Amino acid sequence: MLFVWGNLLKVSPDIPLQSVLQSSSQQAEEINRVTNYFFIAAGFILLVVAVLTAYVLYKFRDNKKQIPKPLSSKWEIAMIGIPTLLVAIFLYLNIKTINLVEPDHKNETPDVIITAHQWWWEASYPSSNVITANEIHLPVKKKILLKLLAADVIHDWWIPQFGNKMDMVPNQENFLWINIKKPGEYYGVCSEFCGAQHTHMRLKVVAQSEEDYQNWLLQHQQPAMNAASFGGAQLFISKTCGNCHRINGTAARGTVGPDLTHLGSRQTLLAGLLENNIQNLENWIKDPQQIKPGAYMPDFHLDDSTVKSIAVYLNSLK
Amino acid sequence: MKAILLDNIEHDLPVVHTDKKILYWLSTVDHKAIGKLYMLAALLFFIIGGIEALLMRTQLAVANNHFLPPDAYNQIFTMHGVTMIFFVMMPALLGLTVYLVPLMIGANEMAFPRLNAFSFWMTFFGGLLLYFSFAAGGAPNAGWFNYAPLNQNNYSNSPGINYYAMGLLLGGIGSVTTAINIIVTILKLRVKGMTLKRLPLFVWMALVNGFLIIAAMPSLNAALSMLLLDRLMEAHFFNTDAGGSALLWQHLFWMFGHPEVYILILPAFGIYSEVFQVFSQKKIFGYVFVAASTVAIGLLSFGVWVHHMFAAGLGNTVDSFFAASSMLIGVPTGVKIFNWIGTMYGGKIRLTTSMMFAVAFLIEFTIGGLSGIGFSIVPIDWQLTDSYFVVAHLHYVFVGGSLFSVFAALFYWFPKITGRQLNERSGKWFFWLFVIGFNLTFFLQHFLGLMGMPRRVYTYQDIPYYTLLNLLSSAGAYLMAAAAIVLMYNIYKTMKGEVMENKDPWNAFTLEWYADSPPGEKNFVDIPVVSSRRPFYDLKNPHNRDYD
Repeated sequence: MLFVWGNLLKVSPDIPLQSVLQSSSQQAEEINRVTNYFFIAAGFILLVVAVLTAYVLYKFRDNKKQIPKPLSSKWEIAMIGIPTLLVAIFLYLNIKTINLVEPDHKNETPDVIITAHQWWWEASYPSSNVITANEIHLPVKKKILLKLLAADVIHDWWIPQFGNKMDMVPNQENFLWINIKKPGEYYGVCSEFCGAQHTHMRLKVVAQSEEDYQNWLLQHQQPAMNAASFGGAQLFISKTCGNCHRINGTAARGTVGPDLTHLGSRQTLLAGLLENNIQNLENWIKDPQQIKPGAYMPDFHLDDSTVKSIAVYLNSLK
Repeated sequence: MKAILLDNIEHDLPVVHTDKKILYWLSTVDHKAIGKLYMLAALLFFIIGGIEALLMRTQLAVANNHFLPPDAYNQIFTMHGVTMIFFVMMPALLGLTVYLVPLMIGANEMAFPRLNAFSFWMTFFGGLLLYFSFAAGGAPNAGWFNYAPLNQNNYSNSPGINYYAMGLLLGGIGSVTTAINIIVTILKLRVKGMTLKRLPLFVWMALVNGFLIIAAMPSLNAALSMLLLDRLMEAHFFNTDAGGSALLWQHLFWMFGHPEVYILILPAFGIYSEVFQVFSQKKIFGYVFVAASTVAIGLLSFGVWVHHMFAAGLGNTVDSFFAASSMLIGVPTGVKIFNWIGTMYGGKIRLTTSMMFAVAFLIEFTIGGLSGIGFSIVPIDWQLTDSYFVVAHLHYVFVGGSLFSVFAALFYWFPKITGRQLNERSGKWFFWLFVIGFNLTFFLQHFLGLMGMPRRVYTYQDIPYYTLLNLLSSAGAYLMAAAAIVLMYNIYKTMKGEVMENKDPWNAFTLEWYADSPPGEKNFVDIPVVSSRRPFYDLKNPHNRDYD
């Protein structure tokens, strides 16, 4: 059979269509203003070329007239002049817009530091010691500065409805301003090819009112709840999961993989690949390469009951 | 400059094994045979690159497809890009140049015939070396521009990227030596009376292109050598884990990469200029502008590379400078469209297959050129770069611009090269299937980009409209494949058919049609003194000659 329909990934959550033409941030609004002007100008030029071509073809196809008449060379002036003028106008809009969208960030403190990894996103909030992954909470109606870093190869931050993207380059600090207009969930994806699982490096921004955002920060500042009642908590340490993953308030302090302190409160797993539930967690721990081929999570060959305990434990970390 | 004709050049050439087929092709230094070898090599790699494209479009036909595993998909999209750019478009256009330039300027050979053979074989072996990677443990898998540090051992540990570097180095040596050969041939071997102001525009484009290749390739070759040192001898140029620079690779690559775009479009402009003149039976509108603006493009093309890096965080000042230069280069490029429309105006237009591709190019290239101007506007680039919008844009330029020119050239010069004329009826089937398939595949990808689909993903989630648009896009790819089969059948049937009597089927203007079709081993037995831009037209219309 030619098409092997993806039954495995059917559990992936529904994602609404979000296009660059909807402006959900002030930056996107500025950019889309230029984009709209550009599409109008470009459409007009395309129309002129198409109409001229069609007219010339219609008029002179299999033309029987003996002496073809040459076009006056005065046309060349218009031919060069009009495009040059258009280009000058757009250069002005261009420079004006980029300075509006990305003003200087020197001496400004970033609100959130995002570090891209193969193939997930780490977000840390310097003001409150919160670290999370893949689902990034941001306040609305406030000018926030993101500091963008890369842990391994080049990645790229892109939420289409927020407008501009920005590469995340190893050994380099990049910055991005965002001013989100209203609360909601905004989806994005890594846009610089970054290896085997570039495809499954999705990103979600949960935009919240200032109050909800502060509550979320407060809740996520708390260490993981006392989970001694779960066998999975001990297994998580004894099976060496904590060497790569951090669960705040426990002995798990690894920083190689995503922080799992409040994993249970996230909606998706593996950078937007799967819905977050116990069954998916079990499948993932049991055979990571089957779910996300190439990912750095090793297969520990754990038995079913161990996997189940760890999955139940992680799911309880709200 | 003094124009000389070295009519004794063939006396120095080694004896060619004319009786033994394989030995002949392996040992020939005849520019016509080498031109054909280039084009056959391009055809071979076109079939391979096309199959890779079909595999990709099959994988992407529906959401969450498992037809290809991620690593296979990543190798295939990388090989598709590298193959089509370096081993299809380059040899096809250089092959046409090597075949046609001596004929168009009234010379009997290239200036350096042995170097010509060397160039071809270097390029061809480069392609073979690249493909050997599949047998050696995996093809390159970091995209055709192969960004650091993904191209380093720690992130791509199969040997594929070593073969990428070595294959492109060989190809690069072949391109530089051909470029030197083309420049010297044009400057030194022109027939008496063919001043630079009377060069056919195809030759003008070839001349500028030669300088572009010589100036652009060293940057790529340096980058590839540094990459090999990194991968094989643990140098740290691009190894960011050891303090190397990721952006250094991008600068070096695009300092070559953007002129490369013009290297692939200038010969195409030359082809269209010849095709529009002959099939409108009229002189080009604005010869001086077309030639001079090409020189301007050649110079400007070295100052625009950072528009590939607007999202890399280089700062607003740098971005604004390169936005200005990128927009500026759009003007001489775009205005040529009006030169060609002006050429058709008032002419006697014959819509042969060749001319149909030239006319279709006007529209497709305008679409690709306009979206290109879009990418020179930094905020729009920030939004759409690395999305499917860019995939659509680059295919409108490479296919609608460069590849259509190869098809136009094929139908126009096929009688010259083989003495046989391709079937026009079948040619028109090919045209319509290909053009409809092309627009179906790539026009829709603009919308996918606007809907946030990034490029180089091996699958996508079931977001509204994604499957519909991707499925239609894949259907278009299969239409193009069907068209390619029609074309190959046309070529096969024509080659089995009769040699035509008329050696000048299109009533052409330039000297290559003054030679026999196909030309004899020595191109010209006698050659007239040139006194205008259309020497063959003058010979046919002695009472109505040109004076320019």
